[in-house]
Amino acid sequence: MELTGLFFYIVSLLILGGIYALLCLALNVQWGMGGLFNAGIAGFYGVGAYTSAILTTAASGRHLGGFSMPVPIGLVGAAIVAGVTGWAVARICVRLKSDYLAMASIGIAEILRLVFVNESWLTNGSLGVSRIPRPFADVTTGRMSDVAFLGFVWVIVLLVYVATTRLYESPWGRTLRAIRDNETSASAAGKNVEKFRVQTFVIGCAVMGIAGGLSAHYFRFLSPTATDPLLTTFLVWVMLMAGGSGNNKGAILGALCIWTIWSVTEIFTNRLPPEWATRSSFIRMLLVGLLLQVVLQRFRAGLLPEKPAPMKFRKE
Amino acid sequence: MTEFVNFYLFPALTIGSIYALGAVGISMIFGILRFAHFAHGDLMTLGAYGIMAATALMPVNPLLLIPFGMALTISSALFVDRFFYRPLRDLPTIYTVISSFGIALVFRSLIQLVWGSENQVLVAGVRPPLVLFDTFRVSVLHLQAIVTTAIIAVLLHYFLTATKTGRSMRAVADDPELAEVSGLDTAKVVRWTWIIGAALAAVAGAFAALNTSAHPNLGWNLLLPMFAAAILGGIGKPMGAMAGGFIIGMAEELSSYHWIGDEALISPSYKTAIAFVIMIGLLIFRPQGLFKGRLL
Repeated sequence: MELTGLFFYIVSLLILGGIYALLCLALNVQWGMGGLFNAGIAGFYGVGAYTSAILTTAASGRHLGGFSMPVPIGLVGAAIVAGVTGWAVARICVRLKSDYLAMASIGIAEILRLVFVNESWLTNGSLGVSRIPRPFADVTTGRMSDVAFLGFVWVIVLLVYVATTRLYESPWGRTLRAIRDNETSASAAGKNVEKFRVQTFVIGCAVMGIAGGLSAHYFRFLSPTATDPLLTTFLVWVMLMAGGSGNNKGAILGALCIWTIWSVTEIFTNRLPPEWATRSSFIRMLLVGLLLQVVLQRFRAGLLPEKPAPMKFRKE
Repeated sequence: MTEFVNFYLFPALTIGSIYALGAVGISMIFGILRFAHFAHGDLMTLGAYGIMAATALMPVNPLLLIPFGMALTISSALFVDRFFYRPLRDLPTIYTVISSFGIALVFRSLIQLVWGSENQVLVAGVRPPLVLFDTFRVSVLHLQAIVTTAIIAVLLHYFLTATKTGRSMRAVADDPELAEVSGLDTAKVVRWTWIIGAALAAVAGAFAALNTSAHPNLGWNLLLPMFAAAILGGIGKPMGAMAGGFIIGMAEELSSYHWIGDEALISPSYKTAIAFVIMIGLLIFRPQGLFKGRLL
């Protein structure tokens, strides 16, 4: 019995780890390749979660819905809506210093949160959307559906990993890194800096939307409190910084390591006496905040530093 | 008319004062150190809690205890700058932005650890409003906030135009390289930027906490309008940031006044969105702000 409990604990750990890995890969496109600071990850994640939830749920009088679409279409919708949101923000801000993009992305995350809470015709307000379907619901039952979902999440992580790695090595990715490292010389070489940055930001936001959609299907329930905006955004940043910005393997590794530390410490702190248990969550946040400072100052390269692929030339 | 003044104008000016005091620090830090300080809201929260802790020891008007809050915010700001921001100063400033984002979380979790995460009031009980000319009923706190901000604005203007340190600060904000080669003490300018920014953050935090209640998200929730105010006033222009704070505060509060018909013009639950819309509009049409600040 202990063992099955442990098994399903690991399954849930890896599912959420996979969702964080997606967020991390997305942030790696924006920050690791493009050098863009996105402080509103939770906003794009939330918009994806709501889009996918609304597209896939059966009709309900309490919120917009009744489309009953299959889950993959919900996820595609999540990617599109999150991508368009990201496009709107990026269009306005990329020509300015990256700090402005950070402020605007925090702003958009805040506005989206207000929309989720206030527009109850759309999202059922703070009561949330329930009965969100999971993929393979008809072939799996009970806890086995967790295992099936684990596979589903990691297949998507793998697909995104392959896609982002191809992007990184492609001429597009090389241009992007050139812009990141020296904007002036890249634009002198005739590259349209703004266009590349907007594209990067949109791709990243779309993947964040997919991650949000997956979380909605995993929990089967979605309300505005599902994510603590600051904590989600912040954890993803720490994950990417610790794992190695610019390196996709590092992004996944960082996500898994930090997520494991974050959830395993929760088990220990929950066993503390109640007055300490509530405080310990603040201690954990404090330590993660300090960890980011240490990483920024001492290990900026992360666990797996960025290693540009060698240039391959076609043989004559 | 009376209703407008009592329930909209004075609260709007109060919110405006809070934004103005916070935005001055953000604008000066952005202008002189070249980064958007994401921990500024939480610095305000820290100031508010510092004052609250002092009221527990000395039961006097919390406004008299603002120096304790200032001491706490100034020492924290200087500490954080020395150990967390300065080591990153040679890197692109975006690293400092990320670091300040983390520091915001550190401040907040420290506050929650020490004081808990519940709402806490600084002054219990209801104070009767002041009645002016038999028609206007104004809360004493609102009047205090507006008058204090006005006094601070005059003092700040004097400091920036008449003292040597103040003039060096403006020089560094305008052109750091030129200021450096002219022999200005940049380290001193940076120190004074933090001292003034943190001190005003404590005042802003005190008024924000007195206006509602003290809770760990107090300052973070005000961060976005303060950024908007700093951009509106022009980065590196402290007096512009003051004006920006008042404009954003007025726009937010007055947007829920029933200008047309009986309904609020914009639902009060979307107040925060006003600041964001103004900020986006500025970034599109006039990123240097109303008063010709620096465009970084």
